[in-house]
Amino acid sequence: MFYSAKFWGGLRGVINALLVVYMLAPLVIVLVISFSSALFLTFPPPGLSLQWYDKMFSNPTWSRSLITTLKIMVPAAAIATILGTAAALALSRMQSKWALFIRGVLMAPLIIPVIITAAAIFGVFRIWGLYGNLQGLILAHVILTLPYVLSTVSANLVMFDKRLEDAAANCGAPPWTTFRRITLPLISPSVLSGMLFAMVISFDELVVSLFLSTPRVRPVTVQMWSNIKGDTDPTIAAIATVLFLFSLIALLADGVARRKSGRAAGL
Amino acid sequence: MTLKNRNLWLIAPAVTLIGVCFLYPVLWLLQRSVSEPVWGLQNYETVFGKAVYVGVLWNTASIAGATTLLCALIGFPVAYSMVHSRPWIRKLLIFVVLIPFWTSILVRSFAWLVILQRGGIINDLLIGIGLIAQPLDLVYNRFGVLLGMVQILLPFMVFPLFSVMARIDGSFFKAATNLGANPLRAFFRVYLPLTMPGLATGAMLVFIISLGYFITPEMLGGRGDTMIAQLIFQRIDEFGDWPLASALAIVLLVGTGLLFIVINSIFKLRGGRS
Repeated sequence: MFYSAKFWGGLRGVINALLVVYMLAPLVIVLVISFSSALFLTFPPPGLSLQWYDKMFSNPTWSRSLITTLKIMVPAAAIATILGTAAALALSRMQSKWALFIRGVLMAPLIIPVIITAAAIFGVFRIWGLYGNLQGLILAHVILTLPYVLSTVSANLVMFDKRLEDAAANCGAPPWTTFRRITLPLISPSVLSGMLFAMVISFDELVVSLFLSTPRVRPVTVQMWSNIKGDTDPTIAAIATVLFLFSLIALLADGVARRKSGRAAGL
Repeated sequence: MTLKNRNLWLIAPAVTLIGVCFLYPVLWLLQRSVSEPVWGLQNYETVFGKAVYVGVLWNTASIAGATTLLCALIGFPVAYSMVHSRPWIRKLLIFVVLIPFWTSILVRSFAWLVILQRGGIINDLLIGIGLIAQPLDLVYNRFGVLLGMVQILLPFMVFPLFSVMARIDGSFFKAATNLGANPLRAFFRVYLPLTMPGLATGAMLVFIISLGYFITPEMLGGRGDTMIAQLIFQRIDEFGDWPLASALAIVLLVGTGLLFIVINSIFKLRGGRS
């Protein structure tokens, strides 16, 4: 039996099917329930409706928290993209031992457990008056998302031919022109990837926001968290679907950007 | 402006920001853990001395260990199947593993809650078809935590394994069986050792990431499943107990750091010998 190709082929099929169910079924069920006409989280739903999406946008608690999330995400992703790209460019040109050390320090927020970052930032930001306001949350999200931009852009810069910059400089282009006309167009797909990464991380971030937010300034993930702990209705499924779709769209956009630039898909 | 100067200006903003808003806060945490109520290691003595805290440390290690083991047991056949499937199925499987990878942990833990809770889908279904009379406790216990964590951490096991398995020459296995080894023996003596680098990398990633988990155990676990990250949150949020929370955070930081260094050096030794 063990030698027959049919047996192994069948077993592979079973494994693949189980994997698809285990990874996707929970998400699909939440997606379906968010369109439910029932008042509870029943599955399969007795009928379909958009009432929970309606409720999500009309309930000021949810709509305010969604807006708060955007108010944090947009500036945080923008700042992280600029600072992360600049750092990646500088590190790619540095030869010294310090470059490795600095890269390690900048990547640290991604490597160490986020609860430590959250506790540390909360403790200090509270003293600095950065607790319960947008500035504190934006700053914290920049720190959490910068490593993603840095690593994405750096991976692209490894393949970057520096002679192109030298050529531009030799032809008399000032540094800023070289950057704008030569470097940026060549690395822009990875900058875009990094920015999408940063946006998704910021949009989904919960732990640090949990420490830094107050009922007045509360991003959508924290609002969702506090509602799950209380009673749940399908509005949360609608919110979850919005979060899920945001990541999915970002992933697809990234796929398109990668295909255009000819880089490998995946992580 | 020289080239060196330009690099300095490019890197200064990021370094300043991380230094002031990340490194300094972590050092501040370290200082609070040893300076309150008086200078000394009394907070660390509490963490390693009191039964409650030792219990949480044990929970953390055992949940991370079980998650790693389960990820290996599930990830191995999955990665194998990916490598040996037709290209379009492989692409589909990679996509299936990547979508949840990009989805927030909060959303995925919530999804498990919907499925597993007492009035949830599985219990409704089983009662509906008359298989059970009372709802089963599928969540707020160790089972729920592991189910949720394995699903989230599986990609960290699958992708290292996949990249190693894709490079293994199938003729090694055939040679072993042709020389008279039965398939089981050939698997354990030939195939498994060849996949070791991937398995070990995956296990290290899963174990270290698991140690700091907060959202999944908080949502899907019960009282007996409290992990160190939850304890840190509780001490700060409910009691404002900074000295002890700081000590716990530093224990987690040093623990994961040491583990990383130790495992890495074992690898380098192994790699050097062979």
